Amino acid sequence: MSDTAVDTDEADQDVPKVVSSRFDVADGHTLDGYTRSGSFEGYAALRRVLTMTPGAVSELVKDATLLGRGGAAFPAGVKWGFCPPGVWPRYVVVNGDESEPGTYKDRLLMERDPHQLIEGSLIAAYAIGAAQVFLYVRGEMPHAQERIAAALNEAYEANLIGKNILGTDFSVDVVLTWGAGAYIVGEETALIESLEGNRGMPRLKPPFFPAAKGLYMMPTIVNNVETLSNLPWLLNHGVAEYRSIGTEASPGTRLIALSGDVERPGVYEVPQGTTTFRELFESERYGGGIRGGHELKMFIPGGASAPWFFPEQVDLPLEGRVVGGEGSMLGSGAVVVMDDTTDAVRACLRLVRFFARESCGKCTPCREGTVWEEKILQRILDGQGRPSDLDLLLDVADNISPGPYPLAAYAEADLEAIPFPPRQTTICPLGPSSVAPITSAIRRFRHEFEDKINRKDSIPVTSAGMSNV
Amino acid sequence: MARLTPDNLLLARKIIARFPKPRSATIMLCHLAQEQDGYLSEEAMAQIAELIGATPAEVLGTASFYEMFKMHPVGKYCVNVCTNISCQLLGGEELLEHAEEVMGIRSGSTTEDGMFTLEDVECVAACTEAPAVQVNYRYFNKVSPEGFDELLEDLRSGELSRTIPPHGTLGYVRQDLDGDRIANITPPSQQVEPVWFPDGDSDEGPAK
Repeated sequence: MSDTAVDTDEADQDVPKVVSSRFDVADGHTLDGYTRSGSFEGYAALRRVLTMTPGAVSELVKDATLLGRGGAAFPAGVKWGFCPPGVWPRYVVVNGDESEPGTYKDRLLMERDPHQLIEGSLIAAYAIGAAQVFLYVRGEMPHAQERIAAALNEAYEANLIGKNILGTDFSVDVVLTWGAGAYIVGEETALIESLEGNRGMPRLKPPFFPAAKGLYMMPTIVNNVETLSNLPWLLNHGVAEYRSIGTEASPGTRLIALSGDVERPGVYEVPQGTTTFRELFESERYGGGIRGGHELKMFIPGGASAPWFFPEQVDLPLEGRVVGGEGSMLGSGAVVVMDDTTDAVRACLRLVRFFARESCGKCTPCREGTVWEEKILQRILDGQGRPSDLDLLLDVADNISPGPYPLAAYAEADLEAIPFPPRQTTICPLGPSSVAPITSAIRRFRHEFEDKINRKDSIPVTSAGMSNV
Repeated sequence: MARLTPDNLLLARKIIARFPKPRSATIMLCHLAQEQDGYLSEEAMAQIAELIGATPAEVLGTASFYEMFKMHPVGKYCVNVCTNISCQLLGGEELLEHAEEVMGIRSGSTTEDGMFTLEDVECVAACTEAPAVQVNYRYFNKVSPEGFDELLEDLRSGELSRTIPPHGTLGYVRQDLDGDRIANITPPSQQVEPVWFPDGDSDEGPAK
């Protein structure tokens, strides 16, 4: 059932496996397997951490520049430092609600190396002085829930969690909890709402970020699964060795889920910043080329929310700042490749439809706007589009995420840059993210939209699944 | 359907004890009720409300936000076909169309025999294994139309009943967190600075 292609080439000694070293170890998910296999000894980092002060642990993580792997790439050590002094209790929340389209890494980390995540969570809890850790796993992932539950049970039994951990004063509880199907809960304030038993709607921030007022209005650090899974290796191997991987600004590795039209889709751990998209798509180690000898048409460098890239951008490195400078983002490490057989309108509609379905409904521009975007795109695809539809579409998009482009001038070939990160008329970036595929597709493939609008006889590729929209 | 069985009620109380505030257990308790009945009944929501000190409307308010909670009976097997971008590129939408055809229902509905509910779903984090299908949230990778037909056949014949529980059951293994294992779970108002957390100047680890 789960014969997922992961990078299992052990001969590649030059690419250190920071987080994926147990992906192909049959019992890597057990306490025994965790302490025996992989690129470091299981729970050795926790033992080391317990000889340090919490402040020293935070400093070390700050020095390493461990960037958050959930999408925003905010340095974890800096985030930890935002807890206001003297306010107790503090909480750690592990964000295992992976659901950004194209993203597939946290599920592997939870299913195949749950102890690594638990150890990382304990290190974070120790560093900030947390009273409790909540491990929030996406509802649709029962296998991950089982693996984490079993690992927690083992760890409690071995006195690695709970009262007086390993004979010290350090005591903390780690509680597993499940989601129930809502993409928006991956946003940290929505996750906190969900954890309080509410509808998963994001909170307005600023003024208060979760580090100051989070769960139960107490200081709360929300970290992504992959971010925390980096900690055991980092503590074992040290800052210098960690920083020797990747680039100065983005050290370490990233798990990249390469999907879509490539010969060898898979989850690959790559050093940050030193691998290019071309290498990822074409090399035998990774993608093995575009599927069926086709040409690359476009690709998404970092999940559904990221503006698209095109063939002229394949030589860019997988590095957050560089990709950001080019007007997109590396986001959650989801690279989706689309070849020349891809219908840009259809792909655009599918992405927009995702945001329309997942809008939580709190902010009007997103709740109403994403649905309008979907409807307009659907009728264009169905051959029912009107000549004014592209301007209308961009106008709706502009209301969710105001662009610098005057709409009338959009018809001219030379467009102003798409604003990125997107501007928001909403509390969270979900609605504005729906604009990324629209502006990307219209900017580059306007003719495809116009062809469909002008050719009234075009037939929808598929009508499946539209009954419950 | 029903209120929680005595066993499940016991489990529900244990789950509530894991959270600093009872309402934080809402989603876990809704899952528990759905596991028992296959869907989330009004009676169950009323009982959950009693247990966590909320009103039934508040529980419904929360539960109705989340796609996995079904407020009416669904098929024994929920067949979820992913049609999001990575799966769409490799035939997810065509697979959904095929599923609608062979099952004789539109996405979002249940077969007359109560065996299957078909849904097109958003990304299930199996993007490299497209097109992906989940049956009661168990994964099937790279599913072809023929593979889908076989899957339905295996589900009908009971071949997969050992690996795939009826709708509502998620993880088979639960976290086992009884009273004597818990270090310190109390409401936030009763929590103080952890004893092991130094005041800032100390450069030593926690006392042995």
